[in-house]
Amino acid sequence: MSLSLQDVVWHAGGKTILHGTSLRFEAGQVTAIVGPNGAGKSTLLRIASGLLSPTSGTVTLQGTELNHLAPERLAAMRSMLTQETVLRARFTLRDLVVMGARVSAPRLTGQERTVLAEDLLGRIGLKHFADRDVMDLSGGERQRAHLARVLMQLEAAVSNKGDAPGFLLLDEPISAQDPARQHLVLDLARAHAGKGGGVVLVLHDLNWAVACADRIVVVQQGTIHAQGLPQDVLTDTLARTVFGLEEGRVQIHERTGKPYILPHDIIFN
Amino acid sequence: MISSRRQALIFLVALMPLLLLAIITALNIGATGVHLSALWHGVTDPYIRADRIVLLRIRGPRVVMSGLTGAALAVAGAIMQGLFRNPLADPGLIGVSSGAALATACMIVLGGAWLASGSWGVWAIPAAGMCGSFAAAYLLYLFATRGGVTSVSTILLAGVALGAFSGALTGILIFRANDTALRDLTFWTMGSFAGATWSRIGLLCPFLCVAAAVTTRLATPLNALLLGESDARLIGYPVERIKRLAMVAVACAVGPTVSFVGAIGFVGVIVPHLVRLVTGPDHRLVLPGSALLGASLMIVADTLARVIATPSDVPVGIVTAVLGTPVFVWLLSGSHRREVVS
Repeated sequence: MSLSLQDVVWHAGGKTILHGTSLRFEAGQVTAIVGPNGAGKSTLLRIASGLLSPTSGTVTLQGTELNHLAPERLAAMRSMLTQETVLRARFTLRDLVVMGARVSAPRLTGQERTVLAEDLLGRIGLKHFADRDVMDLSGGERQRAHLARVLMQLEAAVSNKGDAPGFLLLDEPISAQDPARQHLVLDLARAHAGKGGGVVLVLHDLNWAVACADRIVVVQQGTIHAQGLPQDVLTDTLARTVFGLEEGRVQIHERTGKPYILPHDIIFN
Repeated sequence: MISSRRQALIFLVALMPLLLLAIITALNIGATGVHLSALWHGVTDPYIRADRIVLLRIRGPRVVMSGLTGAALAVAGAIMQGLFRNPLADPGLIGVSSGAALATACMIVLGGAWLASGSWGVWAIPAAGMCGSFAAAYLLYLFATRGGVTSVSTILLAGVALGAFSGALTGILIFRANDTALRDLTFWTMGSFAGATWSRIGLLCPFLCVAAAVTTRLATPLNALLLGESDARLIGYPVERIKRLAMVAVACAVGPTVSFVGAIGFVGVIVPHLVRLVTGPDHRLVLPGSALLGASLMIVADTLARVIATPSDVPVGIVTAVLGTPVFVWLLSGSHRREVVS
């Protein structure tokens, strides 16, 4: 399975946010999209998910254009964690996670959905919170609860019809997580790719992007500046031209051979 | 407070005997000393045959009409609060009440002589109200929809503007009205079930059936909409279609009822909150719970309206407002506040 964008242009508010972007995401791979603030990363992900229709260009999932897929079919083939989920209702965590499978897995029984939701809550470190009110959780716990809902959408679809796992699109999934939970979340994303699903992450932390992704896409001012293996993409030149960092900031990790950036020599005024 | 599913189901089941109790009490109490037993004794006993007629032709339709109105307003309120994700959303928000009010005022004030000249007067006012409410809801929908996407915040704001404009036009009509029209109009704005008949209920039923049929398809999508429109769409719900269906359900539930019985406040806002306190936010429980509790409370309110100033009939809107205000304040205070505003 693959998710492709061809010559995607997106205009909003009299500005061009994406200038004819073409990209292809493969199943079984983790792709990290990185770039400075306002580069168009989230817009790219929203267009890839079908949430936004491109001004011009096409988005295809397994060869079919997104707007030709029925909503329930699309729900089974891709799910997305947005940055701005605002739940203003007192659902339990279990109910919230089950909600993810309502459309993508219509054939599952209530019992099957509950079992799957509880398994996911266990994997995401919220097993004992299943009966808790989502509104009473911390910001980080809530973000993981929504991630469990998004994973539920695809995993329930696999249990429902035995389809291949779909595409998991995550917009800054670790922004509210402590270091241990950042690892946990990215591990879950990798596990999804390990089962044959596709994963596309928008990340701000370049080190996590390099550590977790098979492929990195660098977006700058609405265009693809670079893409490829992490060690090929994250270079000193890129750190300077795209992120405005000083020369010599990118190091190479001795054991893994992967690049990383240390902020330890930054001096604050 | 999040209650278990079991507790919520017990609550829903308990609302059914409550409704039955409200119906029996309402049939048994009234300005004349007619009791429910006349319903069966009146068949054979000629002395209480008249009592049986009072039950069948006067109290019966009134109880049924108030129950249906209460259920319709409460369910419409629950749908609006879910759709707008706003605890203060009210069934009249999509313009149905203001449209009905303006059309009714036009008919009462401008059509006074025509209304008095024929027997169609009984039907002309509700018919005008219905046309007004549907026209207002449709106009609001057209105004808020651009490129196939309906903006609920535009509906919210335009609904407020429409309400103000309709209020101003109604004010002009009141200014022009004679004493009789003024009295009719004032009573309409306070709501009353005094005009309930089986034929009116018969006319109301098809609209309520449409509303009920549409509402059954809205419960799980409304739950997802609590996550925001984007997430509901990503989960797989056709959000624009859901918004249209919700507007159809509310227009069909509220437009005709408001046209027949006038504007009755508070029930649509408060009842869904009361139900949510016990069932939590799941619309699969909130919608049927609101229907049952709304029907029961409206029947009780109308019974009070009939008996507190016997032999006069107090407008039911006054009773719901007098009873509803303290409940509303209670909901907004203390530990309940969190449930209502979050």
